[in-house]
Amino acid sequence: MMSTVAATETTLTKKRHLLDLQDWSAEEILALFDTSDVMAQVMQRTIKKVPALQGFTVGTLFFENSTRTRLSFERAARAQSADVISFAAGGSSMSKGESLKDTLKTIDAMQSDLYVVRHAVAGVPYQLAKWTDAIIVNAGDGRRAHPTQALLDAYTFSREFNGFDGFKGKKLAIIGDVLHSRVARSNMTLWSKLGAEVSLCGPSTVLPKELEFAGVAISDNIFEAVEGAHAVMTLRLQKERMQAGLLPSIAEYQTRYQLSEAVMRLAHPEALIMHPGPINRDVEIAGVLADSERSVIEKQVANGVPVRMAVLYTLLVGKK
Amino acid sequence: MNLSHKATIMTATEMNRALTRIAHEIIERNKGAKNLALVGIHTRGVPIAEHLAKLIENFEGIRPQLGKLDITLYRDDLSEIALQPVVKKTEVPFDIHGMRIVLCDDVLFTGRTARAALDALIDMGRPAVIQYAVLVDRGHRELPIRADYVGKNVPTSKQEVIKVKLQSVDGAEAVELLEIEQ
Amino acid sequence: MRTVIKNARLLDSEADYGLNDLYLKDGLIEGYNLGGEVTEGDDAAGKTVTPAFIDLHTHLREPGQEVKEDLCSGLSAAAAGGFGTVISMANTNPTVDEPGLVADLIAKAKAVGQARLKPAAALSHGLKGELLTDFAALKTAGAVMITDDGIPVADSHLMRRACEYAAPLGLIIQTHSEEPSLRQNGVMNEGMVSQRLGLPGNPSSAEAIMIYRDCELALMTGARVHIAHISSRRGMQVVEWFKEQGAPVTAEVTPQHLTLTDEALAGFDPIFKVAPPLRTQEDVDYLRDALKRGVVDNIGTDHAPHTQAEKEQDLVAAPFGIANIELAFALLYTELVKTGELSLVDLLKLLQSGPARIMNWPTPKLKPGQVADLVVLELEQSYPVEAANFKSKAKFSPWDGQKLTGWPVATFIGGKQVFQRDS
Repeated sequence: MMSTVAATETTLTKKRHLLDLQDWSAEEILALFDTSDVMAQVMQRTIKKVPALQGFTVGTLFFENSTRTRLSFERAARAQSADVISFAAGGSSMSKGESLKDTLKTIDAMQSDLYVVRHAVAGVPYQLAKWTDAIIVNAGDGRRAHPTQALLDAYTFSREFNGFDGFKGKKLAIIGDVLHSRVARSNMTLWSKLGAEVSLCGPSTVLPKELEFAGVAISDNIFEAVEGAHAVMTLRLQKERMQAGLLPSIAEYQTRYQLSEAVMRLAHPEALIMHPGPINRDVEIAGVLADSERSVIEKQVANGVPVRMAVLYTLLVGKK
Repeated sequence: MNLSHKATIMTATEMNRALTRIAHEIIERNKGAKNLALVGIHTRGVPIAEHLAKLIENFEGIRPQLGKLDITLYRDDLSEIALQPVVKKTEVPFDIHGMRIVLCDDVLFTGRTARAALDALIDMGRPAVIQYAVLVDRGHRELPIRADYVGKNVPTSKQEVIKVKLQSVDGAEAVELLEIEQ
Repeated sequence: MRTVIKNARLLDSEADYGLNDLYLKDGLIEGYNLGGEVTEGDDAAGKTVTPAFIDLHTHLREPGQEVKEDLCSGLSAAAAGGFGTVISMANTNPTVDEPGLVADLIAKAKAVGQARLKPAAALSHGLKGELLTDFAALKTAGAVMITDDGIPVADSHLMRRACEYAAPLGLIIQTHSEEPSLRQNGVMNEGMVSQRLGLPGNPSSAEAIMIYRDCELALMTGARVHIAHISSRRGMQVVEWFKEQGAPVTAEVTPQHLTLTDEALAGFDPIFKVAPPLRTQEDVDYLRDALKRGVVDNIGTDHAPHTQAEKEQDLVAAPFGIANIELAFALLYTELVKTGELSLVDLLKLLQSGPARIMNWPTPKLKPGQVADLVVLELEQSYPVEAANFKSKAKFSPWDGQKLTGWPVATFIGGKQVFQRDS
């Protein structure tokens, strides 16, 4: 035991899992952002590695493929010297004759301290949390939640917005297929918790009909939604939505909901442009805007690693 | 855990005297203040490094580089502790390559903090020399580590605690010996 | 063989006969307080004896899905729940779409010697919704109901022809009324809760629209159409509207839709995944009100057992269904009768005379000469649900551990005791 560092311990250790952001306080999230700053420092050094999570094992369980998110988490784990085991399985495990619980139990026998879980169906991280003693981090479940994406989005905004002085009084506009977007859902939870105003915008077929959130406005008019916004986030338009009869044509979508320079003129003059990626250039966002100085799309990707490092550190250290 | 006051080991004057001596020793050992950097270990190593830097500047007319080091991510007990240490920012705003670095801390005890600090520093580059300055050495080493500059050697028992108070952190200046009440 | 049940309160959906000794002989009710020699006797002081219940909606999973349930476990579970007669659904593997399969089920069930089985037969071959099955031959083999339950009949023309063909045969058509293209891949009720949980929703309009179609076809063809497991206010309102116009339709609700809401899914446990889905409190309140107003004809359990492993899947992969037949009465008694919402007699009607009338079967009564299918109920005592001790193979339950009042303690089929609750 090190005995000289007893004074500065945190209360941020009581959380067992990161299933969504509902039970995380604004204070805890801002503390996580501070830790992310330290992790970002590590990622800027020549030697991008610290021994903090030596002895811990992080398992990535990707029941739905997402190379970007998995790589980001694995980098975050390895940069802190954790061991990583990866499990990728498409589709239902029952097709192999075993239940989801069976699959988890098999992997659990290999002794991970924490699982990063991605699944196409909402609620799976909750189900797994019931069946294992390990910590569960939700890396996206169905259309429900993608908490680390929202964390890195809000973190990026707080560190990139010129003269940032807190989330109070800020406005985030989210444009696109809000209904099917876990990114939109987690961001609206997080930003409204941090005190920002959120406005959701998209064709009415892909907007939630009713919301239990205070401080979240719903509109099918992009001008209304973007007006005065400090951050404008566009969502990837899934082509399947047209086939499912939810949207008419791409052309109609572009006309009504593409983030264009004309629309951005209504936003706050310093507004940042965000996108969870990958973008459909000139579909949901004008290519020139994605490449412009106001775009922080690449910063979002880069910040994914330090924010996830902070998440892993926060959830793992101090649990014994 | 209750702590009871046992003795005052150093007063403010004595602390100042010890640091002045250390500043001289650093200058002497490094033949001046050229390429010299003082890196304080969070939390109380930081004001000690600042204090030493000021003294060295007064004596030599050259201000050494100053840095702050947080060793949390290098602790060797993170997988076994029950409370989570807050990670603080490391600020070493200069290239440490080829520098003569003096790590500064308040108390040298098991040596594990120094070990972590060495690893943290070396991950940032390759200094010419790393030396180690502490205000108090209380013994009970668990690693083969010693300090190059010591304000005061204080033999202690394991039931005792050394508390260094610094104006900028604690609003007072003293070194106290406390005892854990059973 | 002559049996006596002494000091029991005798009650059916028509009369309360008070405390009596009930004598059973050769499978029939012999009479009250007769005295004389008996082969077997039991004291039922403090207990209530009533005709065994009828369930028009049971999934027994045989043939082909015996890992979930089989005739022996399912009919034993039914008897333990106080049910004397159950109608088995046809969504098995193979589906019950041929007369031979119907005859097989009846023969096997007889050998089991628990609750009586009356099989339903499939409406379309393989439940594919394409070709009608041989209704007349199926009826001759013993099928009492035609239904593709489990899978809604998407093709309205096929449903029309089924109604037309069944009407003169006097066969009841039971419908699983959900418009498939509207319910899509919904795993729960569409609404505030599905929005919060991020789960694909199934709107109650999918049910209401299909109920409208099925009622309209009943009115058009004169066929007897039984609307199964109505879950929503809108769905029930459609049935009421058609009933007012004299359409030959009857309405069923299930214990789960009367007692649980979509909030049950908040813990993401597929044990609560059922089709049609659990709805909102407003819907539950409306269905309960419909019970009181007498517009519901029967309560069917829709006992739908699955293996625990199948329910330990994600919410899309996990199958629909709740196994409940053993606790159905205690649950309904606790939630509806003990709370004062419904009288005991009204509940008995929904489980005895109601389903009998739908099927054109004689009203179950405690009259001498009637078949001695009886259940002995302990209406005063409360016990927790112990799913691990279920006769059903599905030994888990949404109500596991919950204390319920009004458990069946003994069941007689044809005068023979087939179930005795362990004390």
